Amino acid sequence: MTKHVPNLKAQKISGGVASDQRHDSAHKHVSGAAIYIDDMPEPAGTLHGCLGLSAATHATITKMDLSAVRAAPGVVDVLTAKDVPGENDISPTGRHDEPVLADGKVEFYGQPIFCVIAETREQARRATRLARVEYEQLPFVTDIGALDPRKDRLVTPPLTLKRGDAAAAIKAAPRSHKGKMRLGGQEHFYLEGHIAMAVPGEDQDVTIYSSTQHPSEVQHMVSHALGVPSNAVTVEIRRMGGGFGGKETQGNQFAALAAIAAKRHRRAVKIRPDRDDDMTATGKRHDFLIDYEVGFDDDGNILGVDFMFAARCGFSSDLSGPVTDRALFHCDNTYFWPAVHAHSAPLYTNTVSNTAFRGFGGPQGMVGAERVIDEVAFALGKDPLEIRKKNFYGASGDKAGDRNITPYHQTVEDNVIQRIIAELEASSNYARRRREISAFNANSRFIKRGLALTPVKFGISFTATHYNQAGALVHVYTDGSVHLNHGGTEMGQGLYLKVAQVVAEEFQIDLDQVKITATTTGKVPNTSATAASSGSDLNGMAAQNAARQIKDRLANFVAERYQVPRDQVLFLPNRVRIGNQEVPFGDLVKQAYMARIQLSAAGFYKTPKIHWNRDKGEGRPFYYFAYGASCSEVSVDTLTGEYVVERTDILHETGRSLNRAIDLGQVEGGFIQGMGWLTTEELWWDDKGRLRTHAPSTYKIPLASDRPKIFNVTLADWSEANEPTVHRSKAVGEPPFPLGMSVLHALSDAVASVADHRICPRLDAPATPERVLMAIERLKREAAKPA
Amino acid sequence: MAGTRNEIRFILNGGDVALRDVAPDATLLDWLRLDRSLRGTKEGCAEGDCGACTVLVGKLSSEGLVYEGVNACIRFMGSLDGTHVVTVEHLRGTGEKLHPVQQAMVDFHGSQCGFCTPGFVMSLYGLWMKTPDPSNAAIEKALQGNLCRCTGYEAIMRAARAISSYGKAAKDPLAAERKDITARLKTLHDGVRVEIGSGKQRLVVPADVDDFAAVLEKEPGATIVAGSTDVGLWVTKHMRDISPVIFIGGLEGLRSISEADGVITIGAGVTYTEAFETLSKRIPALGPLVDRIGGEQVRNMGTIGGNVANGSPIGDTPPPLIALGAKLTLRKGNARRTIPLETFFIAYGKQDRQPGEFVEAVHVPVPAKGAKFAVYKVTKRRDEDITATLGAFYLTLAKDGTVADIRIAYGGMAATPKRATAVEKALIGKVWNEATVEAAMAEYAGDFTPLTDMRATAEYRALAARNLLLRFYVETTGTKAPLQVSRNEAA
Repeated sequence: MTKHVPNLKAQKISGGVASDQRHDSAHKHVSGAAIYIDDMPEPAGTLHGCLGLSAATHATITKMDLSAVRAAPGVVDVLTAKDVPGENDISPTGRHDEPVLADGKVEFYGQPIFCVIAETREQARRATRLARVEYEQLPFVTDIGALDPRKDRLVTPPLTLKRGDAAAAIKAAPRSHKGKMRLGGQEHFYLEGHIAMAVPGEDQDVTIYSSTQHPSEVQHMVSHALGVPSNAVTVEIRRMGGGFGGKETQGNQFAALAAIAAKRHRRAVKIRPDRDDDMTATGKRHDFLIDYEVGFDDDGNILGVDFMFAARCGFSSDLSGPVTDRALFHCDNTYFWPAVHAHSAPLYTNTVSNTAFRGFGGPQGMVGAERVIDEVAFALGKDPLEIRKKNFYGASGDKAGDRNITPYHQTVEDNVIQRIIAELEASSNYARRRREISAFNANSRFIKRGLALTPVKFGISFTATHYNQAGALVHVYTDGSVHLNHGGTEMGQGLYLKVAQVVAEEFQIDLDQVKITATTTGKVPNTSATAASSGSDLNGMAAQNAARQIKDRLANFVAERYQVPRDQVLFLPNRVRIGNQEVPFGDLVKQAYMARIQLSAAGFYKTPKIHWNRDKGEGRPFYYFAYGASCSEVSVDTLTGEYVVERTDILHETGRSLNRAIDLGQVEGGFIQGMGWLTTEELWWDDKGRLRTHAPSTYKIPLASDRPKIFNVTLADWSEANEPTVHRSKAVGEPPFPLGMSVLHALSDAVASVADHRICPRLDAPATPERVLMAIERLKREAAKPA
Repeated sequence: MAGTRNEIRFILNGGDVALRDVAPDATLLDWLRLDRSLRGTKEGCAEGDCGACTVLVGKLSSEGLVYEGVNACIRFMGSLDGTHVVTVEHLRGTGEKLHPVQQAMVDFHGSQCGFCTPGFVMSLYGLWMKTPDPSNAAIEKALQGNLCRCTGYEAIMRAARAISSYGKAAKDPLAAERKDITARLKTLHDGVRVEIGSGKQRLVVPADVDDFAAVLEKEPGATIVAGSTDVGLWVTKHMRDISPVIFIGGLEGLRSISEADGVITIGAGVTYTEAFETLSKRIPALGPLVDRIGGEQVRNMGTIGGNVANGSPIGDTPPPLIALGAKLTLRKGNARRTIPLETFFIAYGKQDRQPGEFVEAVHVPVPAKGAKFAVYKVTKRRDEDITATLGAFYLTLAKDGTVADIRIAYGGMAATPKRATAVEKALIGKVWNEATVEAAMAEYAGDFTPLTDMRATAEYRALAARNLLLRFYVETTGTKAPLQVSRNEAA
């Protein structure tokens, strides 16, 4: 890059907040010049690791003969559980239920039991296959349908949310309905799979390049596994090729093993599992069985709701506690439940331990809420949209009265769903298209159309309150250029860029003057995962805080040096006005340096107002909510269940967006990912407990040709955060994901047309062509039955 | 023949490459990344399904120098002899400025995490060279083999539509060096056999088809590799030893497609892409099917001959070819025999191919005038997915409206591609109406006992397969009502 020449007459800096900047790495992405961990030049003598995976679903290992593995060409070492020098545990919540390598017992098909270290990756992979492992099989369970959520083994304590007396309300209601919904999990399918490269240092030191959303956790896990203090371990990540929650905890294993091998052999060690191993051995979105009961009146007012959210958690807790909690936190979606009881069951299964995935249980909760809406609508013969509108939380500003208390006793203060729905209903021509679709379906024998408009309300903050903190480090160099570092990680979401925009805005310097640097535990310590959509909210504020400290020092210095009052020191674009004169920012910085002013600062932020008492099920877990809605139309082939999405309209709010171009990409991408979850992405285990969908040939994420044919996405231009968030912007990572629900409900609507909309389709997810066809067949059969 | 050569030669970006030390199972992706440190090309899946490793391979054909996107992860080095490999690093040329494809992707926010991006850039580049102003449908088709998990594709579509406003394909660096590359490639085609290595590390690139026949007769256990879209996975996923390998993808003698007396003859080395134009013109129902086989990169590599020869029960071309009455020419040494394709598939994993014998050509009759032919593929995801069930129908009606003959063949329903003989029997001689069809639909249970697997349950396969006959019937009535959901532009 050529040296930046700032414009000293500019009215506005280039690249400040609320400007549509391109991704900071875009030019490198397109030219193949962006460096991911596997692209870094390896230190001379780098070794490569490959994990040996369990071939049994639940078993005791009776014999593990690794002699052929050790004798294979290029093999340097084979690690087993006993080779873990520290604790053989990488449980992220301290429950000590997840070994680095299984020790004598395996609890799912594909669990890592040893790790081959060889001169090349191919040698390591080939050698891994030579292991002879004998098992004594134990009974296993992979499907939660076979379990009792009230009695069977849980991996972590359940949660109950309760307001009012739901049972009594349902009993007293004029009408009620009980049902069950099955909701599938989801593979992250980050295009860059997991990878870690450990480079040994002197003494106990090790540096790990890890594709992780949570460098501090990798640091802690590696230090436990090595049995060394955290200060010996440094974790760095410049960028990930996608994360989506799949790299919040799941990178720990690879990092720990690479570090152990690196220290044993004093050579760099890289572990990059093959895609099939990655999909087999790392966790996914939790699938759920949702039992629900709803009481309502003849007008469609919901009076009471009872939910049981049973989740397939896998063999260990991982993040299943907070994930199933968040499902409960979103079992209301945008609706006021006058009386509600919701309970979670994080069930133990002999499957890979499920983990974080964009939305973190929230979307599963919302899907449950929307099923309840469908039941009421079909019972009353009304359009589901009418039932939705009837049961929204009270609009903020008006007399929300008592219709704004959530099942966890937080008051909804920022509700804008009525406005969003009204605007989207108009812009999508919902009513007209509803009529047109009825006419189309009446004249089309095999192809049926369906339409649905679904809302989203998503709670922003980590529900583990202590995670809602962030740090940043800002240096100003003597030429006026700025070095920025913070605890957030870049996985494509544009976080680095947004935080840089905040810093540029704060100093009033052009964005090119701010150098974005790789996240490392050595610069900003004790960071939280880049998760829960919190990245720019937390790190943006921390970086702003750091920049403000330096700016304050500069202003104080100027006031003293130039003998002007503080309020006459103004930071203008690329310059500072001091009384009647203007000094370029770079010149001022140099003067400050000569006057021995500290030009570096560590910034910090913690989210105010939030608190949560899990035992009572009460508190304010969320700082604010983000809202949106989508309307989708589909065509369904009733002979095969195949379908296409004809059109989707979205209206979503991101507050006063820091960067609308980035936010638009998050909304579009989140919707498609959510649609994939609910349509073609199916995880399938065979009767031996083996996951058989472990590669893109068998696991089908959306393609360009699965997009809605017409796709209108709008960010609400009137939106702004109720709370003083960073420049009044709102989080955008997860909230758009559940917008994909409108596709599931449009498919339901098309299915319902085969029985004249008299029977609730109860379409489970993922709604593959098969599930759609089977639902159609069921409705046809039920409609044919004599009343 | 002018003897043998012990190295493969090709052009990588601007430079000439000659390699003597090449393993038969060495992949282009590993070579680029590990040997050449060209790390802009990424590995996403190592099975030709995600497109992150897309590079262009230029080859001389009857139409001159043609560039096609391929999956470097399952492309073997031995298959590159005489080609021009172009990676993402080559696009910018020596200039400071980004290539039009790259600049459009930047300006329209077509990348988020960026890991899939080089692959998308290469696929869009391949499209833009041939079609500077593509329709949405053309872009979607070109991107069927590229997965993106971040953007939801909309931004990439916007970028793809805008490329031509950033520059003209005619002024592109590859266009500029076209003459030079063509001349250099011509000198690489010296007409000699390439032989490298021995034992478990042996590969052969025959000089021509006769040479291939001779080599295979001598080494009947050799692995024949045409497009490597299947064999590639034997290596990357199963780590099987495939030596000795005979690479036949470049053999001119297997790459022709011609028509005589109403029969289209497709050489075993003809790729899906190369066959598309003729097939979609002469047998229109095959066009949309070919468009849904793999992604563009797989269609650029995979061959119809290979799809037939490996005998998979879920191969997409055998059922329609059987319904059309296709024949197969097999060759061993200089001896040839021609058999009905249907008889080639004996059992799961077993075909009527003798040691030392290979599939030389497939002969496909063009449907007779008045005959009705259709093929329907049912998958979980519309594009780039493997068949759950696929049905092909070839109907000849008598003058009185009865079924004179019907051939129905399915994939995904049995251990081999298989005829629905009981269903056919229930239709032949009957009046072709819905009552007849309804009655025949009951016969499917006698023809097929499908399996349950990750793609579909047995129940779904049975039901959808049966319903395809109804769809076919209604289609033959000439109805205007929609019978299938469609990706065509919305009305």
